[in-house]
Amino acid sequence: MKIYEEIISAGFGGQGVLLAGTLIAQSALEQNLKTTWFPSYGAEMRGGTANSTVIVSNEEIGSPVAFAPSALIALNKPSLDKFLPRMKEDAVVIANSSLIPQEEYNDKRIVFISIMEIADKQVGNIKAANMVAVGALVKRIQAPSLEHVLKGLETAFAAKPKLIPLNIKAVNAGYNWTK
Amino acid sequence: MLSNVSGHLHRSVQVENKMVKKLVKGNVALCEGAIAAGLDAYFGYPITPQNEVPAYMSKRMVEMKKVFIQAESELAAANMVLGACATGKRAMTSSSSPGISLKQEAISYMAGMEVPGVIVNVQRGGPGLGNIAGSQADYFQAVKGGGHGDYRLIVYAPANGQEMYDLAYNAFDVAQKYRNPVMLLCDGIVGQMMEPVDFNKEQKTKFEDRDWILDGCKGREPRSLKSLLMQDGVLEQHNLDLLKKYQMIQDKEVKAELYQVEDAEVIIVAYGISSRISKNAIKQAREKGIKAGLIRPVTLWPFPSDIIASYAKPGVKFFSVEFSLGQMVEDVKLAVNGKCPVDFLGRAGGGIVSDKQVLDKIEELAKK
Amino acid sequence: MEKILSRPKALKDFPLSYCPGCGHGIVHRLVAQAIDDLGIRERTIAVAPVGCAVFAYNYFNFDTTEAPHGRPPAVATGIKRTNPDKIVFTYQGDGDLAAIGTAETIHCANRGENITVIFINNANYGMTGGQMAPTTLLGQVTETTPFGRDPQREGYPINVCELLAGLKGTKYIERVSVCDAPHVIQAGKAIKKLFKIKLKEKVILSLK
Repeated sequence: MKIYEEIISAGFGGQGVLLAGTLIAQSALEQNLKTTWFPSYGAEMRGGTANSTVIVSNEEIGSPVAFAPSALIALNKPSLDKFLPRMKEDAVVIANSSLIPQEEYNDKRIVFISIMEIADKQVGNIKAANMVAVGALVKRIQAPSLEHVLKGLETAFAAKPKLIPLNIKAVNAGYNWTK
Repeated sequence: MLSNVSGHLHRSVQVENKMVKKLVKGNVALCEGAIAAGLDAYFGYPITPQNEVPAYMSKRMVEMKKVFIQAESELAAANMVLGACATGKRAMTSSSSPGISLKQEAISYMAGMEVPGVIVNVQRGGPGLGNIAGSQADYFQAVKGGGHGDYRLIVYAPANGQEMYDLAYNAFDVAQKYRNPVMLLCDGIVGQMMEPVDFNKEQKTKFEDRDWILDGCKGREPRSLKSLLMQDGVLEQHNLDLLKKYQMIQDKEVKAELYQVEDAEVIIVAYGISSRISKNAIKQAREKGIKAGLIRPVTLWPFPSDIIASYAKPGVKFFSVEFSLGQMVEDVKLAVNGKCPVDFLGRAGGGIVSDKQVLDKIEELAKK
Repeated sequence: MEKILSRPKALKDFPLSYCPGCGHGIVHRLVAQAIDDLGIRERTIAVAPVGCAVFAYNYFNFDTTEAPHGRPPAVATGIKRTNPDKIVFTYQGDGDLAAIGTAETIHCANRGENITVIFINNANYGMTGGQMAPTTLLGQVTETTPFGRDPQREGYPINVCELLAGLKGTKYIERVSVCDAPHVIQAGKAIKKLFKIKLKEKVILSLK
């Protein structure tokens, strides 16, 4: 079966959206899939919003730029507003209800999760919100799998192994979240 | 969780297990390719979207006790490359479009003096200061001169992280083989994107003796490297000698990827990032039963004119896809030489051509 | 008869192209003599400028390279950093060093590159026919200052030695002249001194 996901991870600079994207790409690599990661860069990163696009597939990847993304992590409102109109019809959208007012949206694709509360209360570090979002996302898309995300974490944090348990906890918290 | 963790991770890739693919930015892959090729010195200057290159080199080169200098300008950086390469050392500079304009001075001198420097252009939008988005608007500058005088640069156009590594690795050998400067013409997207890269090359440490380098005249006659040839007819003879070299390069160094081109009725010519987007569209066209294919020049000079010409048969339609308003398309037309129609699809100023637009163009031409 | 003075080995037997009265020939000889005296000819690499002295590579009997106008300090940096065992010097005029190559000069000095710069200041662009240089004196008539250099119009001459002396990376600067025999002797001593020092450190010599 063809695996093909175009995943956008977006939010304020400092929320870790680029790292969330690299983790997904690293996890895809651990799963022996093809992957590309492409960031917003330069002037865009000085304040304001940041985003990265990850493509995961079992076939050769053409464009690293997504024209009809199949998945979105939106950690803030500007990101949700920017990317929602270009998402595929059956896209998976994880939105951070800790910062985004749910009542303003009427779109069945959006899964609102209070990501920052979960990071703060269940995981014990609000900075791990991006990892909570990754956990919630991978449960709802073709690939990468949770197993490979946890492997990917170890590679991604090889230089700072102390951070691994916290991030594993965060990914699991997101994965296990239910309404 | 902390965004700077990712920067640290991907800047400090160690090539421990050569079989394991590492997820790195294209800009980092090209650094590792150059290092594996035996890079002695890197000279740079900050400009987006190539900043990963000087940042990475400032760490790796110093750790390896090699030379890294952040120069006072792109002019100086390129001339430092000229100096280092004049002594037979392997040296590289990198920049993005506006900075490459400044390097043209040294590039022309290196071409005239036959000094094999390596120059990387991670293209951004122009003209002028333009913007920092990925672009392919420096094609003319790279392959049609850029600097002054009758000369040619060997120009490689990597389309992915692995090629950033592989072509950077090869660039130094090719440059030294022909005593000619080589450019890697990349773009902001290929430079900034991360892909798994197999760091599979052996570290080069030994290089053949060369009878032209400046290394002190111990036990031999002094040597002089110059491009100023004022006596009657001497410069013309030098130009003709260079031409012979360029013809040899054209005979031997053309590289291109052919994709689904054998039975194709619509053939796209695209390089770098636009070739990848074109491949997506070709797959979609094939699913619809349209015979589309791709010729992807890996060397922009020497240009794969003969390969393109060999597919210019009756009934075939060509078009180039470029992130510019149409530059390479002129060389495609020269190669096709009137045998088939040649069209163009592109966007400028950092705009990205979508696979949908390419597919529409394929369908439009297939119907004609 | 005993021969007591001959052409230094570091100078080729090749007719100089310089104009009558020009100091380049004298300085070439002094540089070559110093290199002979110190026994460093076979480890020396020189960088020629754009200007009259571009032809220096025809006269010096050791490895030489050309550089684009004003860029000799950058080219020399590339050579010296990758070949720390070599003796590297640039030979530049006032237009090359103090106009088009000002940035390269200052930053090379400021980095403390271990090279020598022989700076020949004749207060005009000689090769192109005598235009105003950054060091042209006030009131001096040149091809492009037919009414004399006017500070209101052309600014003041740059004092290169003073400018570079203010940088911490500069090791040694001496301003000398080759206008008459005593000054030539003094200049010869200065050049030898700086090549001696330069075996360790960065120096700049200015000649008028």
